[in-house]
Amino acid sequence: MTAAAVTTAQEAAQATGAGATTSPGQSVLAPTSEAGLAEAVRDASGPLRPMGGGTRNIGRPVAAQILSVAGVSGIVRHDPGALTLVARAGTPLEEIEATLASAGQRLPFEPLDHRALLATEGVPTIGGVVATNASGPRRVQAGACRDSLIGVRFVDGAGRIVKNGGRVMKNVTGYDLVKLMAGSFGTLGVLTEVSFKVLPAPDARATLSISGLSEPQAIDALSEALGSPYDVTGAAHRSGGANGSDGRTLVRIEGLAASVAYRAERLVAELGRFGPVELLDDRDASDAIWRDIRDVREFAGRDGDVWRLSVRPSEAAALAAHLGDLPRLFDWGGGLIWVLATPGTDLRAQLGSFRGHATLVRADVETRERLPVFQPEPGPLAALATRLRASFDPRAVLNPGLMTAPGPAGT
Amino acid sequence: MQMPAPDATVLARRETIVTRLSEVLPAEAVISDLAETRAFECDALTAYRCPPLAVALPSTTQEVAAVLKICHEERVPVVPRGSGTSLAGGALPTADSVVLGVSKMTDVLEVNTADRIIRVQAGRTNLSVTGAVEGEDFFYAPDPSSQLACAIAGNIGMNSGGAHCLKYGVTTNNLLGVTMVMMDGTVVEIGGAHLDAPGLDLLGVICGSEGQLGVVTEATLRILRKPEGARPVLMGFDTAEVAGACVADIIEAGVLPVAIEFMDRPCIRVSEDFAHAGYPDCEALLIVEVEGSRAEIDEQIGLIRQLSQRHNPVAFRESASDAESALIWKGRKAAFGAIGRISDYMCLDGTIPVSELPMVLRRIGELSDEYGLDVANVFHAGDGNLHPLILFDANKEGDLEICEELGAEILKLCVEAGGCLTGEHGVGVEKRDLMQTQFAPEDLEAQLTVKDAFDPRWLLNPAKVFPLSVSATRREQAA
Ligand SMILES: Cc1cc2nc3c(=O)[nH]c(=O)nc-3n(C[C@H](O)[C@H](O)[C@H](O)COP(=O)(O)OP(=O)(O)OC[C@H]3O[C@@H](n4cnc5c(N)ncnc54)[C@H](O)[C@@H]3O)c2cc1C
Repeated sequence: MTAAAVTTAQEAAQATGAGATTSPGQSVLAPTSEAGLAEAVRDASGPLRPMGGGTRNIGRPVAAQILSVAGVSGIVRHDPGALTLVARAGTPLEEIEATLASAGQRLPFEPLDHRALLATEGVPTIGGVVATNASGPRRVQAGACRDSLIGVRFVDGAGRIVKNGGRVMKNVTGYDLVKLMAGSFGTLGVLTEVSFKVLPAPDARATLSISGLSEPQAIDALSEALGSPYDVTGAAHRSGGANGSDGRTLVRIEGLAASVAYRAERLVAELGRFGPVELLDDRDASDAIWRDIRDVREFAGRDGDVWRLSVRPSEAAALAAHLGDLPRLFDWGGGLIWVLATPGTDLRAQLGSFRGHATLVRADVETRERLPVFQPEPGPLAALATRLRASFDPRAVLNPGLMTAPGPAGT
Repeated sequence: MQMPAPDATVLARRETIVTRLSEVLPAEAVISDLAETRAFECDALTAYRCPPLAVALPSTTQEVAAVLKICHEERVPVVPRGSGTSLAGGALPTADSVVLGVSKMTDVLEVNTADRIIRVQAGRTNLSVTGAVEGEDFFYAPDPSSQLACAIAGNIGMNSGGAHCLKYGVTTNNLLGVTMVMMDGTVVEIGGAHLDAPGLDLLGVICGSEGQLGVVTEATLRILRKPEGARPVLMGFDTAEVAGACVADIIEAGVLPVAIEFMDRPCIRVSEDFAHAGYPDCEALLIVEVEGSRAEIDEQIGLIRQLSQRHNPVAFRESASDAESALIWKGRKAAFGAIGRISDYMCLDGTIPVSELPMVLRRIGELSDEYGLDVANVFHAGDGNLHPLILFDANKEGDLEICEELGAEILKLCVEAGGCLTGEHGVGVEKRDLMQTQFAPEDLEAQLTVKDAFDPRWLLNPAKVFPLSVSATRREQAA
């Protein structure tokens, strides 16, 4: 370990924006190159916590030294004609979005910003987006982060630098470790560089809104919209008050101006049987609505644990009926339910078994140590995951235990 | 191309193995007669053939599990097989292997248009998945040209693509869940009708693993509502460079066609002779297809026409009817067959960054001259997935070898240009020995450890994907 790569916690907090998550006096490793990251991992004598901007503090708490990736930053290549972008993992998401926007392009999967929801501060990095597979409302149409990700470079737990995928859209050469790295929460490797397929950002967009639907009606309306030929890119439902009376069911379309106008008109007519459909074609107002849904703004700053349920849309309303009057937000046509739950309770126990899974996204440290943050998997799958972790991180130094259930089996 | 020596102890136990398989499968589902196993001696890469020890054709997940359990106990290699249309030798047997074919497993298990999913047994053909939901105006998006024959099992094995994946993605982007049997017979459920994984994205690594991690028996696939309409335009250009620049312009302008296909002069000529699609006689031809309502299509085609004018197209033909659309596609769809009529050919599948198109096409031309074999180019231009077809004479001594050498040079060129060896056909045995041109030892090691985790005995689909020298130690240790 070179001396220059060790900074004080305070310096690193400034550099990484880690703020409150770094305790004073704790040293932070902050290399400025991929080679430096590899060296830091090789030299590690105990657990490391790879960190971008420190804004997505999700998972079982891990006592570990922070390994900042924020110093490994910068867009390596943006090829607008090929619809591809390559960036170092510590690159601020903002910088990437600005570069793409200047060419009329964007990341297809609409990454959510966790800061408001998790009450974190700092600068979200692209590495953190990938590590958490952070995907917003457009996931229903454009896929998740893992679907746009076409290449990675990472440092595995033994300090080896590995690349997989590349910077082309179609690539089946060897096993797809790109997908495996997406959503691995810094447990299999420290991402150092990521490549994406990007898309043109359409200039027109519109949001349709229906008020006062019950949850089953709302999910039906969203399914109908998503099953239409009108290329819906957002389908959400806010449940509103206790009886759902001030709920809003929202559908988004995007594209060339004339096309958006046409599709909006058709959808207004087809969804009319659910209730009066209001059409909002102001671009900024529409964007604001979807930004709030994307970032689960309505749970920001409110007391309670936040759970994320991934389900079949057609089973969402019945599942939600078991939630009593807990506040919730449906995205992905009902396939994703955000729930604001009573602090410290086990929502999985309350819901019983269902087809899908639950993730405890926000809770205090005690709760996240007691309840599995990620859905415990059946034996054979858990065993597979354990073997994969042992292969990629033989010394168990990368966020050990962050994704596994508490107890002897998980550690 | 080298294959590992068959395991003599397995060959010696042939009868025991066949008997044990017959105990768990109906009689007609076990094939061991040499005359009949020959039907499984190769896939669509017919240059390499080897009849297997036996063939098992189960009908259920339980039967697949029973077969694998036996093979695991007996330490017999297993070659999973869908329809055998792999162009990479992905389903090539070894003499000591049991071919496990899922071709009898063709049931539709569930269709749910509200959740936009279909669940099928993995032996069902790609086209018949769409067939099962067409009545409700839905379709399954990935559309390999082999879709009439190839199975979902093989599509998952190879992470197959198609002409329309520029907009809809490839298999992995449309696969939500699988039932898979591990080599030891354990059945696992991964994913389902929901959109994301609870833990590590195992589904992502299974898709495209060429039958080396487990045998897929069922799959949940995303289905989409059919667009209101689709229409292609055809454009001809004086040079490949100009056609390439036009592709970049269309993409940068924010039009997202569902398909952009490219053909060069040799390919245009042969296809035209065969299909009489009325293609212009020019250096490069593009077929661009857009979707939507009539007005939406008009808007997009208007934009494409405007953009293409900058590049002085020698032809611009816009389809005005279904018949004209079919005619525009006819030549493209017939391209492989048309070339097959005039010559033996080898189909490559490298991908390059679209911006490198002119350079790569020029170099392919130079290499073709150098090796003295013609190369026709037809490919998915929107995503840079090339399909150079090298023409050779299989009956001429040494021609296949020259062809393979030229193929290797072209694939190396793709890697040097920032691309990869294979965009949709897979590595199989065909590109196995080129893996080190794309990957450093650490890169391959990481992939090998995945194989270790899923199939510790290294019995599933032997001798594919990794150079034999790279996997040697592991295979010996596992034996
Ligand atoms: C004329 C022609 C055109 C083609 N066009 C295209 C194209 O446009 N795009 C494209 O991507 N490909 C194309 N291909 C290649 C081929 O059709 C695809 O790779 C296809 O997906 C193979 O499917 P299959 O069922 O025939 O699989 P097989 O050939 O039987 O097997 C393919 C691979 O999958 C594995 N596998 C099979 N079944 C299973 C299972 N149950 N579980 C796990 N692994 C399994 C096999 O071991 C093998 O490695 C074309 C081939 C031909 C002959």
